[in-house]
Amino acid sequence: MSGLTLESISMRFDLPNGSHVQALKDVSLDLRSGEMLSVLGPSGCGKTTLLNIVAGFLAPTEGRMVLNGHDIAGPDAERGMVFQQGALFEWMSVRENVEFGPRMRGAPRADRRATADRLLESTGLKDFKDKAIYELSGGMQQRVALARCLANDPDVILMDEPLGALDALTREKMQGLVLRLWKETGKTIVLITHSVEEALLLGERLLVMAPRPGRIHREYRLPFAGMGVEQDLREVKKHPEFAERREEILSMIWDMEEEIMGHGEDAA
Amino acid sequence: MTDFLRGFRDQLAGLLAALGGELAEFGPTLVRAVPALAAYVLLILAIMVLWRAIARGLAPRRDLRSLKTVTFGDESAVRSSRAASVISVVVIFLVWGAFTGSALVPAFLHVPGPFTGEAAFTYTATAPDGRTDDAEVRIVVHPFGEDPQVPPVAPGAGFAKDDVFPVPALRNELVRVDLNDELGRDEGAAVTQVDGRAIAPGGEVLLDWGRVGMSPRGTLNVVPEPGWQMEAIWLPPPEDVWDRLVGIASDGYQNFTLLEHLGYSLFRVVVGFALGALVGIPLGYAMGLSDWFRGWFDPIVEFMRPVPPLALIPLVIIWAGIGEVGKIVLLFLAALWIMAIAARAGVSGVSIAKVHAAYSLGASKFQVLRHVIVPNSLPEIFTGARVAMGVCWGTVVAAELVAANQGAGKMIVTASKFQATDIVILGIVLIGIVGFAIDVLMRLAENALVPWKGRT
Ligand SMILES: Nc1ncnc2c1ncn2[C@@H]1O[C@H](COP(=O)(O)OP(=O)(O)OP(=O)(O)O)[C@@H](O)[C@H]1O
Ligand SMILES: [Mg+2]
Repeated sequence: MSGLTLESISMRFDLPNGSHVQALKDVSLDLRSGEMLSVLGPSGCGKTTLLNIVAGFLAPTEGRMVLNGHDIAGPDAERGMVFQQGALFEWMSVRENVEFGPRMRGAPRADRRATADRLLESTGLKDFKDKAIYELSGGMQQRVALARCLANDPDVILMDEPLGALDALTREKMQGLVLRLWKETGKTIVLITHSVEEALLLGERLLVMAPRPGRIHREYRLPFAGMGVEQDLREVKKHPEFAERREEILSMIWDMEEEIMGHGEDAA
Repeated sequence: MTDFLRGFRDQLAGLLAALGGELAEFGPTLVRAVPALAAYVLLILAIMVLWRAIARGLAPRRDLRSLKTVTFGDESAVRSSRAASVISVVVIFLVWGAFTGSALVPAFLHVPGPFTGEAAFTYTATAPDGRTDDAEVRIVVHPFGEDPQVPPVAPGAGFAKDDVFPVPALRNELVRVDLNDELGRDEGAAVTQVDGRAIAPGGEVLLDWGRVGMSPRGTLNVVPEPGWQMEAIWLPPPEDVWDRLVGIASDGYQNFTLLEHLGYSLFRVVVGFALGALVGIPLGYAMGLSDWFRGWFDPIVEFMRPVPPLALIPLVIIWAGIGEVGKIVLLFLAALWIMAIAARAGVSGVSIAKVHAAYSLGASKFQVLRHVIVPNSLPEIFTGARVAMGVCWGTVVAAELVAANQGAGKMIVTASKFQATDIVILGIVLIGIVGFAIDVLMRLAENALVPWKGRT
């Protein structure tokens, strides 16, 4: 069977002082191949932990993960990552960064050249191939990160706040790019974000997580990602249902944050 | 136990008292330097005002800097003024030349030199019976090292006879004016006046060409005015140093050519540093990548790091003698810890996102090491290499001062034994130039090899 399945994933961090943090509790999830999932939640609810577990950087204390019929154990090129920033290799040119994955797996030079050229073209970086990373703007760097991930042709793309460090305008443009690449490549994508609008615009499905312990609080199925492929994103945002959902989720997260603050006061 | 403590307390009190005395002795010297420093600062400010006025008259500029209203504390607004650098160096040479009477500096800039030429004073001798008599003493002040012919003078009348003495400039000379007198010191007569002014043992009389003092035993001491210029033995003029450079460059010094002296020093530095890097970088990587190696070497590295390499010189000489081996071992040790710590910091400094990204792009452990961790550590390693090269250069010169057959340090320490100050200064300048050149080369290499340094 194809797709990504998480079965009752729990994660407990033991702290050096003897106590522990239940970062995730009983998280289960079924993701169809080609689905785009966005994940929202207050700070500290375990989003990054969940992504690191799926990527294979962390082993969950309980639970099991299956991708396309086999268990996940450790990082692998089938699951690509896009980080918020700072994960590009400054000692390589833009093109070398994009070619990195195929090169590590021993792809012939001509093939990886062609792949890199194609992806740099579709991310609008054709003229910056031979530039150094530190010569690019933040938005361009994130496009390189996207292209580098796609060059490996992973089954799943995991993104941890990939647009979080960008200014509002660049961010909007990048959201369009992510949607377009998703449509073109048909990849399964898990996108963590702090922006409710971004989560609504990009996710076919949207998970809202709650903290202490980190768990899935609600799940939505959304039409906006499909609409965004054809329409301008600004038009999508004007949709009455969009505004309604946004308010609903915002107040939900707001309440959770309030509760966290309350907890903090109780403890004090 | 209490005896031991009491003894220690007494030692400490004695030490503190002695150090206090040192400070008291040192203080006046510092105070005497204050006017010179103040004059230098005033000179800097005066030239600045002058230069700004000239520059403004020449080219009224309107770039971003001149438009900024906030420049104080804004680092981007403070760039090194090239004019100031050039003038600063020129001033150093001018001051050097002025205080050494250099031919390269126009004579009107020279500070007053020592008195030379003919001078004279009269002295009054008093006989035991109270009679007095005057006689004239001619003084021929000649440049040090010359031996002028002094024509004899007629003795003149009275029991005190006229004299003539040669006195070298910048020195003083005890003159027995009474030796030719009819009634001298041995007969109970004594000199009581110089140029009509009273003088007694321990006193002195100031004259316009110098001073005449009297020793406790009553001998006159002639001190011609030394002026403000430095003697070549303290500070030779720039042209002497240059002539020495030319001479040594072709004839060598102490059986070795100048190229050999500098070449040996550089050779030691390069070999010692290379060995230190060859061992230190893998050691640092091992410490950065394995907790066992980290734990094993942490105590060693953390202990050896604060030990100045210079403190190892005696031990290295005892163990390995004064040949090349000892020096290279010393420089190896100087570079080793610095390079190990730099490599360790380079490995530890890799952002986990980069490592994770590489793994999820399909890299193996070895590929992560080869393509992420090693290149990511290069900027740190280059910083370490620059520091290590600087330390090695300083250490090799110091080691050669202590014991060597040849080398830049050996050259200046030998020259100092022969009081060849020009060679000492030449050596110091060359050591500085080589050290500076090493740093410039390292920085060029760094810009070429790790251009991303400091830009992430
Ligand atoms: N290595 C770790 N050791 C101990 N506790 C950890 C570790 N990593 C995460 N945690 C804890 O697990 C919880 C979830 O952290 P996580 O980083 O997944 O949150 P997040 O939802 O990504 O937050 P943010 O939105 O701020 O990025 C937090 O309480 C955090 O303190
Ligand atoms: Mg996070």
